[in-house]
Amino acid sequence: MPIPSAIVTLVLGMILVLSGLWVGQNVNLLPAAASTNAPLYDELFAVLFTIGTILFLGIVGLLIFSLVRFRRRDGDLGDGVAVEGNLQLEIFWTAIPAIVVLFVGIYSYDIYDRMGGMIPLADPHAMHGSMGSAVMPASVEELVTQDVEPRLWGGIGSPGGTEAGLLPVEVTALQFAFLFHYPEGDFTSGELHVKAGQTVELRMEARDVIHAFWVPQFRLKQDVIPGQPTVLTFTPTLPGQYPIICAELCGPYHGGMRSTVVVHEPEAFDSWLASNRPATLALTAPLATG
Amino acid sequence: MTLSLPPQTSHPSNLQPEGWLRYLSFSLDHKVIGLQYLVTAFFFYLVGGALAGMIRVELLSPISDFMPRETYNEVLTLHGTVMIFLWIVPVVNGGFGNYLIPFYVGARDMAFPRLNAVAFWLIPPAGFLLIASYFIAGAAQSGWTAYPPLSLTTPAAGQVVWILSVLLLGGSSIFGGINFIATVLKMRRPGLGMMQLPMYCWAMLGTSILVVLATPVLAGTLVLLSFDIIAHTGFFNPALGGNAVVYQHLFWFYSHPAVYIMVLPAFGLVSEILPVHARKPLFGYTTMVYSILGIVFLGLIVWAHHMFTSATPPWMRLFFTIATAFIAVPTGIKFFNWLATLWGGKIALNSAMLFSCAFIVHFVFGGITGVALAQVPFDIHVHDTYFVVGHFHYIVYGGTVFVVFGSIYHWFPKFTGRMLNEPLGRLHFLLTFIGFNLCFAPQHWLGLNGMPRRVAEYDPQFTLLNQLSSVGALLMAISTLPFLVNVVWSALAGQVAGDNPWNALTPEWLTSSPPPVENWKGPAPLVTHPYGYGVPEGQIDLKAVSGLEIWSEGR
Repeated sequence: MPIPSAIVTLVLGMILVLSGLWVGQNVNLLPAAASTNAPLYDELFAVLFTIGTILFLGIVGLLIFSLVRFRRRDGDLGDGVAVEGNLQLEIFWTAIPAIVVLFVGIYSYDIYDRMGGMIPLADPHAMHGSMGSAVMPASVEELVTQDVEPRLWGGIGSPGGTEAGLLPVEVTALQFAFLFHYPEGDFTSGELHVKAGQTVELRMEARDVIHAFWVPQFRLKQDVIPGQPTVLTFTPTLPGQYPIICAELCGPYHGGMRSTVVVHEPEAFDSWLASNRPATLALTAPLATG
Repeated sequence: MTLSLPPQTSHPSNLQPEGWLRYLSFSLDHKVIGLQYLVTAFFFYLVGGALAGMIRVELLSPISDFMPRETYNEVLTLHGTVMIFLWIVPVVNGGFGNYLIPFYVGARDMAFPRLNAVAFWLIPPAGFLLIASYFIAGAAQSGWTAYPPLSLTTPAAGQVVWILSVLLLGGSSIFGGINFIATVLKMRRPGLGMMQLPMYCWAMLGTSILVVLATPVLAGTLVLLSFDIIAHTGFFNPALGGNAVVYQHLFWFYSHPAVYIMVLPAFGLVSEILPVHARKPLFGYTTMVYSILGIVFLGLIVWAHHMFTSATPPWMRLFFTIATAFIAVPTGIKFFNWLATLWGGKIALNSAMLFSCAFIVHFVFGGITGVALAQVPFDIHVHDTYFVVGHFHYIVYGGTVFVVFGSIYHWFPKFTGRMLNEPLGRLHFLLTFIGFNLCFAPQHWLGLNGMPRRVAEYDPQFTLLNQLSSVGALLMAISTLPFLVNVVWSALAGQVAGDNPWNALTPEWLTSSPPPVENWKGPAPLVTHPYGYGVPEGQIDLKAVSGLEIWSEGR
């Protein structure tokens, strides 16, 4: 007696879901996770990868099965079955993606919130700022001509940044380099040095064209747009050296616009900061541009 | 519907050439114009492909060593512009649209034949202008997106020529869009209802609505950009008080719908191909129509997902995430409907079917990465990386271009009266399929791990995968050879097809191959069931089953 098709389908579905879960948990496509953002991102990635694998394998499996099972045999000139549709089935496969998409959307919103992406929305002052600058020409002129508190275009925020004490760094992006100015030590470096566990606040400005600040290991990217001072905060966690990459086409040497972020152990960072006080500025500057 | 007379086609004056010279003339015949579009677009496909080949050669090594960096940026700008505006948009809209839509609505030509010819004849000068800019003044270097302030600071001449060329192509696209809307809505044969039209008509109607709503925005934006370049106005120049992000909003207000302008017609073409070769009706006609309309609506309100890292306010990121992800719903409906169309059919595994099925595989993959990209936190990491490059090539190449090839295999007998060679077609499919996946699948990993797009040099750890990708590109280049040989040889000496080699029911097959000037010798046929294939459920097809099956069916 043949096995009823409902049971076969059920078993296949279970195998499909399990293999999707396995792939999502065990196949790692991402670089090292080196900031508080990164584990959150990886969590979202695993969920999306799992759902994606299940859908992709399911659909491709169904397609290949149909092509093999329902292929036209030689000499067969007949037609298939004249099924024009099935409303219940169609409602079913409208509802399933809708639910999946809704779930993914809510989940990624939650992740985004935990990354600090929604902070400016919660901050009434920031809200006010964004309302005010709806009158574009006036506010930009203000921004250019005088030092009234400029509107800061938020990138991602980092939760819990205020307690530990922020490390402020002023970033200037220009063709074709990033310059990092440390207000604490009043010196400029071509590399970004940060302390593991301490939240960094990058105050970014672009001089000429749009650049983008990207550190793959931090899962973080922010465009730096001329005329829009932008703040990006993040907390590095894993000591090491990671690339800083310009991700927005900025001219002929775009591919060469790279730098390094060094995440130090706390003591090492303090000594690095001390050794770079203005007296040694002349030494670091040539290194930086290289 | 008020039109009961066939349109008074102007009788070609004696000055109009006959024979093959028609294809070089200002012909008003929609079939001639359709083939003009197809061949011209294919020429630009080869140009764009050569440019892609240059990019892949440069990326064989992690240092910039094959061409000067400025040239590399010119090449990637030209590659994007040529492939979008001169290949995919003209071929799926102008090419197949012009050839098929009048047949499908039962008309003898498009609503505005002269406008149609003008729309086509804008394309060759615009294309040659664009390519000539490279040789005369240096082409644009700011990518096909031409973001200011970069596009304001790179050499002005190339950028202005680029704008001029895109404006001409946009104009051509708008003319075509108006023509399709008018033809589908007003030129239908009396007695033919909207819900009886083949699905490609609905796809072209939806596409044309997008073209007419979105393209003028691009045109206006580019005119402002050209003012910024030529007259030093400050619309988008932050140094003069302008705003660079406004350009991005305006640009993507067109350029995201442009993705649907490139894929909706492909959806329509697949909906024509699958039922014929699976010998089954198109599953879920009504939901297919509504999902097209849903995609058109949603497609207009998702543009800012290209700008998640451009300091957009959080509420905007949230809205565009949700809107974008929801496009997966109507799109999903279409894919499930196609799978259901195949289910229980008698599927002929010919080249047209293979390309269409590969389209389903690729588009599902690109759709899944697309839903992931719609999620702001996901996008922030991979935006402007090779992940995105991989994603959109799966959509526009793995999706649309595969459908274009499938469609050529399907309609070539109609165009020429001769069949394409099937073994060569399968070879073409195999090479394209392997080459395409080898080229673009590794790029997802590259993007996740730190390779930004539009670079001539990269981290040496990515060398191996980039070389693999380049091998894939080489296979894709080689795959065009059997295709070109096949097309030329079959057009001259292929097996004679007869009027209706596929036993299809849509109206273009109910005439001779190639069709006469006014499409049908007699009155236009009234096809109210374009997908009326198949035997009713429960009825056993005596020709197809063995005695054993009949016997076991009865038990």
